[in-house]
Amino acid sequence: MAKSAEEEHPQKAVGWAARDPSGVLSPFKFSRRDNGDNDVTIKILYCGIGHTDLHNLKNEWGTSLYPMVPGYEIAGVVTEVGRNVTKFRVGDKVGVGCMIGSCRSCDNCAQDLENYCHKGILTYNSAYYDGSITFGGFSDKVVVDHNYVLRFPDNLPLDAAAPLLCAGITVYSPMKYFGFNEPGKHLGVVGLGGLGHMAVKFGKAFGLKVTVISTSASKEKDALERLGADSFLISHDPDQMQAAMGTLDGIIDTVSAVHPLQPLINLLKTNGKLIMVGAPDKPLELPIFPLLMGRKLVAGSGIGGLKETQEMVDFAGKQNITADIEVIPMDYVNTAMERLAKGDVKYRFVIDVANTLTC
Amino acid sequence: MSKSPEEEHPRKAFGWAARDSSGVLSPFKFSRRATGDEDVTFKVLYCGICHSDLHCIKNEWGISTYPLLPGHEIVGVVTEVGSKVKKYKVGDKVGVGCLVGACHSCDNCTNDLENYCPKSIQTYNSINIDGTKTYGGYSDLMVANERYIVRMPENMPLEGGAPLLCAGITVYSPMKYYGLCSPGMHLGVVGLGGLGHVAVKFGKALGMKITVISTSIGKKQEALERLGADAFLVSRDQQQMQAATGTMDGIIDTVSAEHPLLPLMVLLKSNGKLVMVGAPERPLQLPVFPLLMGRKLVAGSCIGGMKETQEMIDFAAKHNITADIELIPVDYLNTAMERLVKADVKYRFVLDVGKTMTPA
Repeated sequence: MAKSAEEEHPQKAVGWAARDPSGVLSPFKFSRRDNGDNDVTIKILYCGIGHTDLHNLKNEWGTSLYPMVPGYEIAGVVTEVGRNVTKFRVGDKVGVGCMIGSCRSCDNCAQDLENYCHKGILTYNSAYYDGSITFGGFSDKVVVDHNYVLRFPDNLPLDAAAPLLCAGITVYSPMKYFGFNEPGKHLGVVGLGGLGHMAVKFGKAFGLKVTVISTSASKEKDALERLGADSFLISHDPDQMQAAMGTLDGIIDTVSAVHPLQPLINLLKTNGKLIMVGAPDKPLELPIFPLLMGRKLVAGSGIGGLKETQEMVDFAGKQNITADIEVIPMDYVNTAMERLAKGDVKYRFVIDVANTLTC
Repeated sequence: MSKSPEEEHPRKAFGWAARDSSGVLSPFKFSRRATGDEDVTFKVLYCGICHSDLHCIKNEWGISTYPLLPGHEIVGVVTEVGSKVKKYKVGDKVGVGCLVGACHSCDNCTNDLENYCPKSIQTYNSINIDGTKTYGGYSDLMVANERYIVRMPENMPLEGGAPLLCAGITVYSPMKYYGLCSPGMHLGVVGLGGLGHVAVKFGKALGMKITVISTSIGKKQEALERLGADAFLVSRDQQQMQAATGTMDGIIDTVSAEHPLLPLMVLLKSNGKLVMVGAPERPLQLPVFPLLMGRKLVAGSCIGGMKETQEMIDFAAKHNITADIELIPVDYLNTAMERLVKADVKYRFVLDVGKTMTPA
């Protein structure tokens, strides 16, 4: 008979979980494995909330297992290390992102692209090597193989650095891979939320010209004055969109709602690249002519490998880049999810886990 | 009052044109400009028939103006050159592809990408700099600016070389640009028609493993035995397609009919590239998850610039690559078009202009 979540592992743990696709979170007692030879145990201080958590809580992709403890922008402090672990020590400020395991033998893993491994294990809602379902960062502690732990630079505040581990890497990886880290290029960013605002910050740090494309006129002032974007387009304003046609070298599209691609493709110069990092649950319409007429492309990208994630965190440390966050107590999480569904946050909720998680 | 096609230019010319969107082609008297200082005039010997010609004569893209005289895989022998022409002389074997002009000042033109110039002038169904319509290669005579003339190599049979001027460059350019051209790479080719069969030939010459993906099992034997493809997948056979999951570095998709993208995306490895060179008129459905899950991409490409077109022709000559053609007399044209609709040709019709295109 399968053990309960509380009994399956030796270390007691507490968190908040959803029990069903209503997605409503509530206190949840469960357990973590003992710290193995290759493991690092982390006392969780903060955990960012991503739109993916919302999709998963509500089973919008049809792959959710309940009870579900979400959260993969985890920041905290090391409390124990296994004897094979040399990179981390008790007291280190560390984080965990979206992945905690992979096959480590396929071509992707060999190239530090664990994120594209077909046997990748996600920080929550995945089956671990031992068959148990993984539980994420809306909890007091996590035990992770040292290969999947990131070090935070001392100069970054942990609460604002936590979102780098998913939002940050999700935009950083394609910006590098597709060449949008070269000064002078013009990058569009669709959607000014958790991912979008990180893309603007990284873009400016790379020396790019950045144009935000959004449905919300109310975000314009912040985008231009505080985030440093060079311009702002309202996507449903045909005049603005027309005037910007053929001006962008690339676009990072962070929007996961279904939306039309043609207006974005039109904004691209010849050889322009539209990179999708949001995941609409239904197929989008792709007009082919515009791709042919300008040798344009539509690509996808999903987070990044661990090596690149560490590189991104170190880059953020040097450039003093962190997310703009709204810190919330654990018991505000359901309200936060409702606000997140409406895009009502500037620009990432982060749960103050250590101070407010009680069971 | 604008002049008639016969009168607008000083030189008499003769061809076959469509008068309306029925697409039926028939004899057509018109005229060509005198050889300008930078022009090359040549007697047309052969012209390939491209699926684009079919789309255009039937106004399937909604941009056709009539009379429409198609043909953009044109080869022949130079009869006159302008005073400033350096590269060509009378008697040279030359060709013209899909373009006869561009702005020559934009970023694209400066980078030898006349094909992406917003002001590019197509060989037919376009407006030339002098305001007159362009007429293509289903005709006896062609005049074009030197920049748009391609030298046809001595060792290349002209009739087999003609289709390279559109079909050839259309697959060669993206194979190079998207890096699908290194020995050992695995390339899929969707559709085994004019474009597809040339992609197979180029791919093998570049040392790649080639898998043809087709709806027609009837093409399998030829693909493997004569064209040299390494494998053949029938796209409707789910088991075959499943077995090939995640095996291809890239796919050149030549099909212009609407078709599902997901089964093709699944064939790609991580970082794989699906390159569309056929142009379906309606948007296709793009599932986004598979792109994210494998950092895959869907891209487009359209012919190539003039420099690259010459490079492609020279490459083909070096590897003895020409198109597989069915040479037809001009009075078979309309039948050929009907057969082309059904993809009933191995693999390109070529019009024997020199011997059979005579004024009535």
